[in-house]
Amino acid sequence: MPLILTEEQTMLQDAADGFLNEQAPIAHLRKLRDERDADGVSRDLWRAFGEMGFAGVIIPEALGGMGLGAVEAGVIAESLGRTLTPSPYLGSSILSAKVLIDGGSQAQQAWLPRIAAGEAILALAVDEGAKHAPSRITTRAERAGNGFRLNGAKAFVLDGHVADALIVVATAEEGVTLFLVDPATAGVAVERTVMVDAHNAARITLTDVTVDADAVIGAVGGGEALLDGALNLGRACAASSLTGAGDQAFKTTMDYLRTRKQFGKLIGEFQALQHRAAHLFSELELARAATIGAQIALDEGREDASLAASIAKAKAGRVAELAVQEAVQMHGGVGMTDEFDVGLFMKRVRVLNELLGDAGFHAGRVARAQGF
Amino acid sequence: MTDLEQFRAETRAWLEANCPAECRGPMADDEMIWGGRNPTFKTPAHKLWLERMGARGWTAPEWPQEYGGGGLSREEAKVLASELRRIKAQPALASFGVWMLGPALLAFGTEEQKKRFLPEIVRGEVRWCQGYSEPGAGSDLASIQTRAEDRGDHWIVNGQKIWTSYADKADWIFCLVRTDPEAPKHLGISFVLFDMKTPGVTTRPITLISGKSPFCETFFDDVRVEKENLVGTLNRGWDVAKYLLAHERTMIGAMGEVGGGRPVGQVALDAIGADDAGRLDEPMLRARIADLEIDAAAFRLAMERVGDQVKAKQAHPAIASMLKYYGSELNKRRHELLMAAGGADALEWEGERSHDGKAARDWLRTKANSIEGGTSEVQLNIIAKHLLQLPGA
Repeated sequence: MPLILTEEQTMLQDAADGFLNEQAPIAHLRKLRDERDADGVSRDLWRAFGEMGFAGVIIPEALGGMGLGAVEAGVIAESLGRTLTPSPYLGSSILSAKVLIDGGSQAQQAWLPRIAAGEAILALAVDEGAKHAPSRITTRAERAGNGFRLNGAKAFVLDGHVADALIVVATAEEGVTLFLVDPATAGVAVERTVMVDAHNAARITLTDVTVDADAVIGAVGGGEALLDGALNLGRACAASSLTGAGDQAFKTTMDYLRTRKQFGKLIGEFQALQHRAAHLFSELELARAATIGAQIALDEGREDASLAASIAKAKAGRVAELAVQEAVQMHGGVGMTDEFDVGLFMKRVRVLNELLGDAGFHAGRVARAQGF
Repeated sequence: MTDLEQFRAETRAWLEANCPAECRGPMADDEMIWGGRNPTFKTPAHKLWLERMGARGWTAPEWPQEYGGGGLSREEAKVLASELRRIKAQPALASFGVWMLGPALLAFGTEEQKKRFLPEIVRGEVRWCQGYSEPGAGSDLASIQTRAEDRGDHWIVNGQKIWTSYADKADWIFCLVRTDPEAPKHLGISFVLFDMKTPGVTTRPITLISGKSPFCETFFDDVRVEKENLVGTLNRGWDVAKYLLAHERTMIGAMGEVGGGRPVGQVALDAIGADDAGRLDEPMLRARIADLEIDAAAFRLAMERVGDQVKAKQAHPAIASMLKYYGSELNKRRHELLMAAGGADALEWEGERSHDGKAARDWLRTKANSIEGGTSEVQLNIIAKHLLQLPGA
């Protein structure tokens, strides 16, 4: 497949950009933040997002979605990166939906039409510590009665405080197992964590939470492959959001270089800034290529798709980080003000970088894959 | 089966049957097959491999068949490239004709020029060199002074070129000459072709810090050049030169992709060893190599994507400069790390064990990557000009 968007994918991109610029520009994020909105996310917007078909991008058509692939999922994630819109998209429509599509029972898949419609929000609870480490899950699942008893603590659960259902990653005797858990179950404690970027996540504690056997998604002990599939797709989408945020910060900076005068000259006339801008442009081209490359690898079901997702996440993360740092620096004092948007991009990129493994985590995976 | 799957199956079968065993696996730079009137081949199998690939037009897979090319679509060419990679096939031909002159002739050449020159380039029968830089015209290439005086049906060329890669081994040269000394510097240049055996052409090799090099100084003393060998419009050779430079830049950029044989991580493991967990027992170096490999993988995809963009007419105007800049800087980084990974082993300059200091010489050679074909700074200027579109720039 060519590493550029098809006509249909470009139309989807235009639709997503159009919708978000209209309905949820950066002012939307500011409003939720400044009003200290209890949810930190607009349910109305999320339903409208669903009506547009975006919330069900990867969900099969028979279940109310668009039945599309990773490239399309990335297109929407990139738009969200450009507008910084707080949205359950990544946690619900990508990570959780992917787990249910691949491993859910019929009853569990009944959530998918509601996710697609923007009516339900699901959250995947995987991380436990400060850093992403899906191979070290200490949340325990012990057999109890005809089901399981869960104990553990989760951190950085996207939209965990507004989730209608949780997908909890735990370790059973047989190995990693995923559970669909109602957050109202006794023993589940949810604390919203207000984060630096004014997007949403929660800490969740599970104390002797009992669930039935049919809460298991897929097979007991068979959660690793399900989780990998969701994480790889999530990483590729996060890479798209990073690229979108980085590119938007870059564009804002280029506009500034073309208009801001100092020492009687446009600052874009200074070669020191020109060379940094040109370098950043080059890096962004690589981030875009790595990102769509990973998504195509996922859509083609290639063996190297997991590695490609790591490369994309690491590259897009480093590049977006450079883009926002340059944006603040080149804007000078104005870049440090809350009123100006570039700081918001810097905060968002920092969070997206930590999400699903930072560049160091993924560089480690690349080294292991190459045998060193 | 789709047409493309069918093409892959047929290509795989053909390569299995036609790529000799001797032509698979790593190949040293100095073993490359350059073709030409007096070709040298590492083995008879390499000669056969070039003949077979040339006959099929697969040394220039995307050129039209009527000029000897493979006539493949972009997608088919990608399949061919991936199948060649799969069997670790060595390049059948290294050629400035394929990489640089051919694309310029396809865009600017007359029908006669295309018919005459392209098929022999595809088959590797004529070896070309490039006469661009002069002692006083490096990054400021449009300052060239080599003069072509009009003598009616021909020109008489006098002047000097420098950094002419393989001029001492080339059969023909594509060359920038000044045909109108009165015009503004970009507007008085023409792009001409001539035989290196023409009386008055002499060459002298230049030795670099790597101890050897393909570079030469080339001198023209009353060289007769026929007017039929003008490419494009008289005095508008700069357009051809710029077009060709974009291809040269992409090619130099591609060196970042090819890299140097064994993966850096493996070179480091051999020299340093692994810890109990099987990781390279030098954590800082391991991290630097992993970061390089991420950038290299992203760059490979960017190269591929640019090809797709060019095909779809979506390419950014500064994209060739981007690839040249990034690829050459990446290649320098790779070789700096290869030296660190190899440690003392990589420092040897002579002797069989080190292949006469191959690692060290390659490392030194890469330092030219960000100078030749337009320095990194020149590329960044070009990119910024397109990005910022400032008035008066």
